[in-house]
Amino acid sequence: MTTRRQFLRGSMAALSAGALTTLVAAAEPKVVRISAKRFVYTPATVAIPANQPVVLEVTVSDVVMGFSLPDLKLRTDLVPGQTARLTLPALPPGEVVFLCDVFCGSGHEDMSGVLKVG
Amino acid sequence: MENAINRRSFLKLAGLGSVVLVTGCTGMGKGGQDANSDFYFVQLSDTHWGFKGPAVNPDNTGTLPKAIAAVNALNPPPDFVVFTGDLTHISEDPAMRRQRMQEFKQLAAQITVPVVHYMPGEHDASLDNGAVFQAFFGATHYTFDHKGVHFIVLDNVSDPHAKVGDAQLQWLAADLAKQPHDARIIVFTHRPLFDLYPRWDWATTDGDQVLALLQPYDNVTVFYGHIHQEHHHLTGHIAHHAGQGLMFALPAPGSQPQRMPVPWNAAAPYHGLGFREVTEPASAVMPVLHELPVQGA
Repeated sequence: MTTRRQFLRGSMAALSAGALTTLVAAAEPKVVRISAKRFVYTPATVAIPANQPVVLEVTVSDVVMGFSLPDLKLRTDLVPGQTARLTLPALPPGEVVFLCDVFCGSGHEDMSGVLKVG
Repeated sequence: MENAINRRSFLKLAGLGSVVLVTGCTGMGKGGQDANSDFYFVQLSDTHWGFKGPAVNPDNTGTLPKAIAAVNALNPPPDFVVFTGDLTHISEDPAMRRQRMQEFKQLAAQITVPVVHYMPGEHDASLDNGAVFQAFFGATHYTFDHKGVHFIVLDNVSDPHAKVGDAQLQWLAADLAKQPHDARIIVFTHRPLFDLYPRWDWATTDGDQVLALLQPYDNVTVFYGHIHQEHHHLTGHIAHHAGQGLMFALPAPGSQPQRMPVPWNAAAPYHGLGFREVTEPASAVMPVLHELPVQGA
């Protein structure tokens, strides 16, 4: 039979664990996934939260290309079969353009998208 | 000669295509055997042979031949002609790339000016690291000297990352080390060497390293293509001048969300294509540019 003291101890432990989980969750950046193929990013318009770090996980299904955020001076190559990760700093509300910066074929020059930060 | 035209007439005819004249490079540098000889050369750029898009250029197969005819009619002729890249329009089919390069080469062979220099753009070279271009035209980066001017052709397109690359940077450093600091140096590239508008990929990834190598030299001018419009910019004392294309015009950097070709204007054919004359008085350090309208100059 559970005594009142044991119940309180258990409840406190559970609450502490829950609070810790919440804290850990708050510290972990949001992960946003983008896929690429010649000559589009999906989605091409990507909503991300403002004022907190975000991790972009970007994959490509066909050929080597790039993912560049020139305004942030961040970029990565995209290689089929691999997941590229870019950690974005906390950003103010606004728009950030991304584009392919590795010449990948006839539609390369139209391959771009935008992060909607808000 | 029945079709001969003088240079001023040629300027009036530049609606036939986008031709950039660089003239009067007087007194360029020390030590050249013809350092005090006036001369001019013609820059042609972004011919994009193989492009099809009637909405932006219904004369896609006629523009380049007309420009070549205009160059051939120059009197006196230029000392040389230089094509600053994107000779052909991209094709993902290697056989088609070769065919377009072959057709371009046959057309360019009609230029009667004895000396023609070529360099690739990303459409020519970025899918095969310049292999097809080299098969037709040889090296993608090189130097030459003419009447006291040291010319440097840089390749910032064969690497699909839009880089000049470490090997070429070392080559450039070694070449520049042989030049006096007051040498007259003209650089040809396809992409801008500075961050003109990275959102549209109008930059060279390691262009800052190139400019750092050029910076100690007092008289450096860069001519490039890629952006299909006239543009002028200074990085320190180095002047950068973009030439217009011979297939379609592109909008001003950042003037609209997307980098879409400017539609053909039937009421003003070849609108957006133009030319300029650059003169260099012997007493001036920097060339003086005279910008002229495409038609009715």
